[in-house]
Amino acid sequence: MKLKFLLCLILALFTLKAHAVVTGEMIMVRSSEAFPETMAILQEAIRKKGYTLSRVQRVDVGLTAKGYKTDKYRVVFFGKGNEIQNLASNYPQLIPYLPLKIAIYAEGDNTILTSANPAVFMDLFKTPDLKPTFEVWLKDITDILNAVQISN
Amino acid sequence: MHFNVLSRSFASGLLFGLLSLGSLFSSTASAQSRGESLFLENCAICHGENGAGGMGATLSSHTFLDSASNQYLKQTIRLGRPGRIMPSFYFLPEPDVDAIIEYISQWRKSPPREWAKTPVKGNAENGQSLFQAHCASCHGKEAEGGIGTGMHFSRPTSTPVTAPALNNQGLLNSMPDHMIRYMIEQKRENSIMPSASQLGLSREQVNNIVSFIRGFQVKTLSKKALYDDEPASLIYDSPYSFEETVENVKRAITGTNFVHIRDQELTEGFTIDKNNGSKQTMIYFCNFNFLYEALKIDPRVGMFLPCRITITEENDAVKMMSINPKHLSQLFNNNELDESCDKMYELYTNILEDASL
Repeated sequence: MKLKFLLCLILALFTLKAHAVVTGEMIMVRSSEAFPETMAILQEAIRKKGYTLSRVQRVDVGLTAKGYKTDKYRVVFFGKGNEIQNLASNYPQLIPYLPLKIAIYAEGDNTILTSANPAVFMDLFKTPDLKPTFEVWLKDITDILNAVQISN
Repeated sequence: MHFNVLSRSFASGLLFGLLSLGSLFSSTASAQSRGESLFLENCAICHGENGAGGMGATLSSHTFLDSASNQYLKQTIRLGRPGRIMPSFYFLPEPDVDAIIEYISQWRKSPPREWAKTPVKGNAENGQSLFQAHCASCHGKEAEGGIGTGMHFSRPTSTPVTAPALNNQGLLNSMPDHMIRYMIEQKRENSIMPSASQLGLSREQVNNIVSFIRGFQVKTLSKKALYDDEPASLIYDSPYSFEETVENVKRAITGTNFVHIRDQELTEGFTIDKNNGSKQTMIYFCNFNFLYEALKIDPRVGMFLPCRITITEENDAVKMMSINPKHLSQLFNNNELDESCDKMYELYTNILEDASL
């Protein structure tokens, strides 16, 4: 059993690759898994980071119902209730950007996930008190997207 | 018993062997994998893990690499394509850029070319009419390139990538005349672009087209001002009560040809230890045609979907607020999207003004 675990660990060390792309404005990642599998992994990764998933906006379903041809496209909303309430009270200008979001959409056989880079919020909202929050978001979102990538 | 001992010895030996092999692999691979890991981190999402392309150009194509000098690759990584999906990796240190180029070079079948910096002499006026006849159907009349980001979303993919914007300052500052001419003259694999000879174009005519394309270059590469005077959020005071404002916003949304999707409290779906009694209602709405067109231009815009206005009440003051689409357009490096964001800005401000009248 231990041997099996060690072998798995060695294999994992060889194959682990995390490559969420932080381009300055956005964080993007490509998953070689199909859309449904990637969505499941994403939701699990969000929960594991201690966030609550509040809603999944089915953009493709809305478009299809109106007669537009689209690939799978969803927006996943997530956050922490107390944090959202506190931020909304103390920094109301941040409300339009709450809760956090990740767009997830099919790209051929792959799936792409995109989120705004919370570091951009530091330029948007020049409030030093918010910097630690944005830094935590940046780390968490990068970790979440990397988790999706690693599981490929 | 013997079997168990042997089995354990074998297992230990195998494990030791694998670990040794692993360290051997990792030490020899570390030098080459630096470029690989940088490529995977920064380039693979668009160009594919094996450089086969997708949203971005097919970097592993022999004909592409045959034309691309290392200097061209370096400049392209540094400058990106302002207004197109390719970002500028200005923040990468020089050794990292070199490592990425070295990694890409593994797909070369011949040593990289060095292009002369001397201009190709041609008649740009004549080149313009040739360009309109042979190039504009894919590259656009003003050499502005194909529409969209090259992502597959919402459209049939008839070409492997979107036709490049030849008037792009990032491209013109990376690609010398002789490289442009070479690319026009060669038939490239994984591309629907015909060669000059297939189009019946002579060397002189190709020179004319090159001169026409070069005419789009401006002397200095202007950097788009990020986050200039636009605020991040649009915030309007409402002279009405909270409930009246919610109804006013809904009425204004319908009057602007949007469909009201749903109302939702900001903290709905979350667990809160102690509710502070704030009122924050989000009104979601959509114009599906507008949405469809925006997603076709750049699917990443979905990060800010669906459209939403939030009405808040704090200390008896009622406010309406939304994201500022004009501001956000600057995140996307996409000129086409700028127009959509400007239009969205107008629609948002119209709704907010109507609701506060």
